[in-house]
Amino acid sequence: MYIEVYNEREKTTAKVEIVGTRVKDLLNQLKLNPEAFLVVRNSEVITEEETLQDQDKIELLSVISGG
Amino acid sequence: MQCNKCNNNAVIALQHGSLCKSHFVDYFEEKVFKTINKFQLIGRNEKLCVAVSGGKDSLTVLYLTKKYLEKNNIPTNNLTALAVDEGIDQYREKTLVDLKKFCEEHSVPLTIVSFEQELGKTLDEAYPIINKDANKKPCNVCGVWRRYLLNKHAKKLGADKVITGHNLDDEAQAIIMNIFKANTALAARLGPISGIQEHDLFIQRVKPLYFCAEKEVRLYALLKNFQIEFTECPYSKEGYRHHIQEMLNEFEHQYKGTKQGIVNSFLAMLPLLQNQEKQSLPTIQQCSKCQEASNKNICNACIMKETIQNA
Repeated sequence: MYIEVYNEREKTTAKVEIVGTRVKDLLNQLKLNPEAFLVVRNSEVITEEETLQDQDKIELLSVISGG
Repeated sequence: MQCNKCNNNAVIALQHGSLCKSHFVDYFEEKVFKTINKFQLIGRNEKLCVAVSGGKDSLTVLYLTKKYLEKNNIPTNNLTALAVDEGIDQYREKTLVDLKKFCEEHSVPLTIVSFEQELGKTLDEAYPIINKDANKKPCNVCGVWRRYLLNKHAKKLGADKVITGHNLDDEAQAIIMNIFKANTALAARLGPISGIQEHDLFIQRVKPLYFCAEKEVRLYALLKNFQIEFTECPYSKEGYRHHIQEMLNEFEHQYKGTKQGIVNSFLAMLPLLQNQEKQSLPTIQQCSKCQEASNKNICNACIMKETIQNA
């Protein structure tokens, strides 16, 4: 399954092939701590337990302020 | 995942259940208002100065302070906002744009003071001079000057209290940093109301977001559509705090409730710590240069300023 991921902190977009179906699988694969990110799909915030679909577009918003 | 209180989709999984947008917003606001009431952070006739940067924490605390006043029929004309422009290239100017717009939209007067205007140099220019021999990061200079200018200008604005956007993560990090460095004197100044001694030269600082995790604050700001552009202080990754932050986030991920546990345990010990530290408090006096509060003849801000002038 391929997911398009925009990382707000890094300001990058990448297509990621993930093993697993949940948001937490994606974060785990990207080695990102869920405490440090909010996950948004179609302008809606989703939890770590949410199931992803092939070709989903995901935004990872940084929880941590810059300074 | 569904909300524990209704059938809507959850936006966050908390330690004791999951909440949808609407129930999260209610939960968050109630938590902030309870904190204000429990610790008596805001008095009915007080003039309030909110320390703001334009980031999620300060916009949230400004918005909710105003909402608290309105909810309790307290006039909002005693509310003002104060920002410090440190002079960090490509950073602060961006957040100040959002901040000015936000204050205009919410009819809160905003005062902006800058390191350059007040101390003669921007942070970018000042810290390599001040830290030349000590090989320190800019955060020590920034911290001293920010606190100095906030206190000085809050007094000028006639404030009884300075309200800051410090959240649960900030506090847990500060507690652990002080423990790791055996700095009990600094730890005793933490808590929802900063400081251990009252003095005419100090404006009391209070923290309504004290029990709100950073993730919750970001979510609240997002759900309320506060315009916040993500910007990162170029120095933020250099500090000791950054390492503690990463460590605590790792613990929180593995063991939910870690940060809350740190803060709750600390609050239980804080009165004892404050009593102990009160025995050895330095005498507060006026700095002979600027007449602001100091525990020495010349305050740290003026010592740094002199270092620059003599360079």
